[in-house]
Amino acid sequence: MNANRTLNVILGIYVALIFAFVFAPIIFSMIFSFNSQRFPTIPLGNFTTEWYVKILNDPDVWEAAWNSLVVCTSTALIATFLGFCTAYSDFRYNFRFKGPYLALILLPPTIPLIIVALAMLAWFSKIGMSGQIYSIIIAHSVLTAPFAMAVIRLRLNQMDPDLEAAAWNLGGSEWATMRHVIVPFCKPAIASALFLTAAVSFDEFAVSWFVSGLNKTLPVIILEIVQGNIDPQVNAIGTFVFLISITLVVLAQVFLFSRQLKSIRP
Amino acid sequence: MPSKPRKNIDLYALTWRLPIIIWQGIFFVGPVLFMLAMSFFLVVNYRMTEAFEFVNWTKMLSRGYFWDSYWYTIFIASVSTICAMCIAFPAAYALAFRASESTRRWAIFLLIIPFFTSYLVRTFSWFVILSKSGVLNGLLSNFGLGPYTMLNTNFGTLVGYMTLTLPLVVILQTFSMANIDKTLIEAARNLGCKSFAVIWQVIIPLAKTGLIIAAIFCFILSFGDFVAPFYLGGSQEPTLPILILDTTKSGQQWPRAAVVAIMMMGTLFVVAFGGIALAYRKRKGAK
Repeated sequence: MNANRTLNVILGIYVALIFAFVFAPIIFSMIFSFNSQRFPTIPLGNFTTEWYVKILNDPDVWEAAWNSLVVCTSTALIATFLGFCTAYSDFRYNFRFKGPYLALILLPPTIPLIIVALAMLAWFSKIGMSGQIYSIIIAHSVLTAPFAMAVIRLRLNQMDPDLEAAAWNLGGSEWATMRHVIVPFCKPAIASALFLTAAVSFDEFAVSWFVSGLNKTLPVIILEIVQGNIDPQVNAIGTFVFLISITLVVLAQVFLFSRQLKSIRP
Repeated sequence: MPSKPRKNIDLYALTWRLPIIIWQGIFFVGPVLFMLAMSFFLVVNYRMTEAFEFVNWTKMLSRGYFWDSYWYTIFIASVSTICAMCIAFPAAYALAFRASESTRRWAIFLLIIPFFTSYLVRTFSWFVILSKSGVLNGLLSNFGLGPYTMLNTNFGTLVGYMTLTLPLVVILQTFSMANIDKTLIEAARNLGCKSFAVIWQVIIPLAKTGLIIAAIFCFILSFGDFVAPFYLGGSQEPTLPILILDTTKSGQQWPRAAVVAIMMMGTLFVVAFGGIALAYRKRKGAK
């Protein structure tokens, strides 16, 4: 019994170390963003807001932030719509070629981003849609729709299929049933999907970098600064990016899981 | 599933079914097929012209540097997969069997966050931490160690890969083990099975499918990532993603980049299906 407790302590420390490794770069980036040294080391330099002042006065950063906002909002709306349609089709219907149909939505995230980026760049150039802000939005909605689909499909799994039939028996048309039964039931999952797809889009850099042309988003700006040299501005932009994406992912999870718990407990 | 009487064309059903077919057809299948076609195009005077020639394929596949890069990428992605699976396992084991339900839920909740948060900035942060006069060497020097060269080495690349894959691998491993029927483990213990034997002979075989899927995802992510080998590994030995990047961005040789991309997709296809076949194969002697 005593050996068992020792093992538990060791495993606990081990898990803590894993978490330290996973969160170290996030926390250090935040610390460095307030550090006066250009090449941060131990002991740390003085506290400064110099890097923040610098990025706040940089019109490129502001433009990129605006582009990022436009891209991630539009992507979230499109991807969640596509995800909802597919999740509902999968839930409600059985039809021929359902396997390939589902593969169509689920495959994109399993292909390395650099390959997707190349393929999208070439295709958009071919059909005359490259280098626009909507090129990024289209590419991101292809990449993020599967996440929306998965989240909404999970929610539909908890719905009694007879609920839909009951609504029809009470005289509701299919469209009315959709509006008054299914959509309200999926609302938390839809919110969750919106936040999650926005988060993925907000952080994506490879595809954006390839297809964006001159319309840079925040991650693309970061990528270009990093290529030059060590520049603490990255930490300042990075801290800002972290805070937004962490908020989005937390919201996505809160909407998905808190309701799930409620529905399990009577 | 109950369904309403069918008309010939079910407008309602099509409304939900068609959007993704059209969207992914134009913007996912289209690009991938075009990339396949593009690998046969020619580049004349820095402009891509449509053609059907095998010259890109023969040029790329006969070059030594392509195959060096190919085997190096497979090697480093395999090492990354083995490392991630081994490093994650004790943590996933602890979360699946030793932690309470609520601790486990919190741990997963926290691990999902970094998986979706700027990988690029996290890599840059490692760049600063691992550099010669960086934080880690600063800490180690207090113990009279170092300084060590960690950037521009395989170690640096692997740190980047772990940053990318570890959260996902821990999550997938935890799920695959948390679903195991605890009574089977009790039974093995009661029959005198030692702790490590329980892990090897009971837990790992039972969690096999989930574990292999975790490994497949880890391999795909490492194989396709260009950020870690580029910034932390210094791209001294370019991986395939870096090769694509260089060929596309500097050389304007899109068709040759397409050849590399298709070779990568083919390799991942083989790895994924090989892994899935392994995952769902019945064990010898299992009933």
